[in-house]
Amino acid sequence: MVRNPKLIAVLHNPIAIAESIQQRKRWEQFFILLGWFSLLVALLTLVVLVADLLIRGWPLLNLKFLLSPPSSDPEEAGILTAWVGSLLVILVTIVVAVPLGIGAGIYLEEYAPKNWLLDFIEINITNLAGVPSIIYGLLALGFFVYILKWGESILTAGCTLALLILPVVIVTTRESLRAIPVGIREGAYSVGASRWQTIFDHVLPYSMGGILTGIIVGISRAIGETAPLITIGALTFITFLPEAPIKGEFPYISFNWLWSPFTVLPIQMFNWVSRPQEAFQINSAAAGVVLLVLTLLVNSTAIYLRYRFRKSIKF
Amino acid sequence: MVKPTEEAVVTQQEPLRKLAEVRDLNFYYGRTQALKNINMPIYEKKVTALIGPSGCGKTTLLRCFNRMHDLYPGNRYEGQILLGVDQPRNLLEMDPIEVRMQIGMVFQKPNPFPKSIYENIAYGLRVRGIKDRALLDEVVERSLRNAALWDEVKDRLKEPGTSLSGGQQQRLCIARALATDPEIILFDEPTSALDPIATVSIENLIVELKEQVTILIVTHNLQQAIRVSQFTAFMYLGELVEYNDTMSIFTKPVEQKTADYVSGRFG
Ligand SMILES: Nc1ncnc2c1ncn2[C@@H]1O[C@H](COP(=O)(O)OP(=O)(O)O)[C@@H](O)[C@H]1O
Ligand SMILES: [Mg+2]
Repeated sequence: MVRNPKLIAVLHNPIAIAESIQQRKRWEQFFILLGWFSLLVALLTLVVLVADLLIRGWPLLNLKFLLSPPSSDPEEAGILTAWVGSLLVILVTIVVAVPLGIGAGIYLEEYAPKNWLLDFIEINITNLAGVPSIIYGLLALGFFVYILKWGESILTAGCTLALLILPVVIVTTRESLRAIPVGIREGAYSVGASRWQTIFDHVLPYSMGGILTGIIVGISRAIGETAPLITIGALTFITFLPEAPIKGEFPYISFNWLWSPFTVLPIQMFNWVSRPQEAFQINSAAAGVVLLVLTLLVNSTAIYLRYRFRKSIKF
Repeated sequence: MVKPTEEAVVTQQEPLRKLAEVRDLNFYYGRTQALKNINMPIYEKKVTALIGPSGCGKTTLLRCFNRMHDLYPGNRYEGQILLGVDQPRNLLEMDPIEVRMQIGMVFQKPNPFPKSIYENIAYGLRVRGIKDRALLDEVVERSLRNAALWDEVKDRLKEPGTSLSGGQQQRLCIARALATDPEIILFDEPTSALDPIATVSIENLIVELKEQVTILIVTHNLQQAIRVSQFTAFMYLGELVEYNDTMSIFTKPVEQKTADYVSGRFG
C-alpha cells in the first residue's frame, strides 16, 4: 500500500526500525529517571521535615507535654489547652459544615433547576474553595464577632472553619452523587420510589464513601488553619480548659464550652516559635509532631473509609 | 363440524381485552421530535414486541409508558396513553409515581441495587411503607419463584444482588419488577447484555410471565420477537409503520418497509 520510497525506507527497513525503537526506549528511560528524581525530591523534603521536627521535639514528646497547659517555663509548658481547643473547634466545624454541605450538595445536584443561576452558583462555590483563608477570618470577624456578638469563642472559630471547608464538602458531595450510575436511579424510580426516596435510599448511601473523603480532606485542612483564627482573635496563651460538656448534675450536658476563649495547636506553635527564648523552639517542634500525627490520623481515616466503601459497593 | 384450531380455542376462552392504548402520541426531546403520531393497543396478558432499526424510537416509546422521560428536563409528551380496562385514564396526566406503581420496568443493562438480594425485591414494597416482615418474606419468595431464581438464591438472600451473574441479575430485576404486582412490565432489550444461555432463560420466563402480567418488550432480535410475542409493532424513524399480530407481521406484512425489515433487507 505504501508507495512513497521515503516511507518504505522508514517503515520496512529493519535497521531503521531497530534504531527507532532504541531511540524511543532511551526517551522512556530518561522520563523514568526524571520521575524518580521528582519523587525523591518530594519524599526527601517530607522526610527531612518530619525527622527535623521529631529530633528537635523528642525531649518533650511525652505524656506530661500532652497534659500540661502552656507556661512561661519552657520545661513545664505543654499543649493541653491547644489540642483540646483544636478538637473542640473541629467538632463544631464538623457539626456545622457536614449537614450544611451535604444538604447544599444534594439540593444543587438533585433538585435545583438547571439554569444560568445554578451555573453562576456553581462557579462561585468552586471559586470560594480557592479564597485565601484569611478572607474567611475577616468575614467571620465582621459577622460572628461584631454582628452576632459571639466573641472570640470556640463557636465562632468552629463556624469560621466550617465556612472555610463548606465549598469542599459541597463540591465533593455533588461529584459523588453524580458518579452514581443513572441505571441505579432509574431502577429506584421504576418501582415507584419518589425522588426523595431515590436519593436517601440509594444515591446518598452509595456516595457516602466519596462524601466522607471530601469531609475529611476539609477537616484535615481545617486542623492546620491558623490565619483565620488569629483574625477572629484566638488567644495565643491560654492556661485553662473550657467548661466540660458533661456535668454531674441535671441536665448533665452543658454547652458553655462553646463560648469559651480558646487556642489551637498551630497557634500555640506559632506563639512558641515567635518567642525569643531558644528553649521554646523545642516545644514548638514537639507540638508540630503532634499536629502532624493528628493530620495523618485524619487522612488515614479518609483512606480507610474510601477503601471500605469502594469494596462494599460495586455496580 | 370443523375442529377449531388451537389458536381459536385460546381466543374463545379468553377474549382479547385492551389494557392500554396509545393515542396520537408525540414525544419531544427538547426540540427534536422522537415519536410521531403513534397509535396502538396493548392487550392484556399478551406480549407486545416493539421492533425496528436502531434509533427508530423503540426505547423512547417504551419509556413513555412509565413516565421515565419525566426525570429529565426538556422532555415533552403530546397525546394520550390510556391505561385500564374499564375506566381508562390517560397515564400521561397521572402522577408519575402512581404510574410507576402500576407499570414496572426491566432495563437493557441489569441494574440491581448494591443491596442484598432480599432488599432489592422488597424495595418496591418498602417505598410504599410496607414494613411487615412476614409479608415482605412472602413477596420476596413469590417474586423470586416467578422469576425462576428462587432455587439459585434461596440460601444467599443476604448477599448483594450485584454478586450474581449477568443473567441472574436480570432475573433479579424481573423479580423486583414483579414484586409490586404491576399491570404491565416493560422490557427494554432485556437480553442484549446477556450470553445466549441466559437469553434463553429470560425468553422462557417472559413467555411464562404473560399468564400473569401484560408485557411490552423492545427487541432488536427478530427471532426473539417471534418466540415471545403475540403482537408486534414495527417502528421506523419515530413512526409506527405497522402493527399486527406477530404472525402476520412476519409472514404477510402490509407495508413494504416492514417486509424489508423482517426479511433482513435493512436494519
Ligand atoms: N435523551 C435524548 N435526548 C435527545 N435525543 C434522544 C435521547 N434519547 C434518544 N434520542 C434520540 O431519539 C431517537 C430514538 O432513540 P431511541 O428511542 O433510543 O431508539 P431505539 O431504542 O429504537 O434504538 C434517536 O434518534 C435518538 O438519537
Ligand atoms: Mg433502545
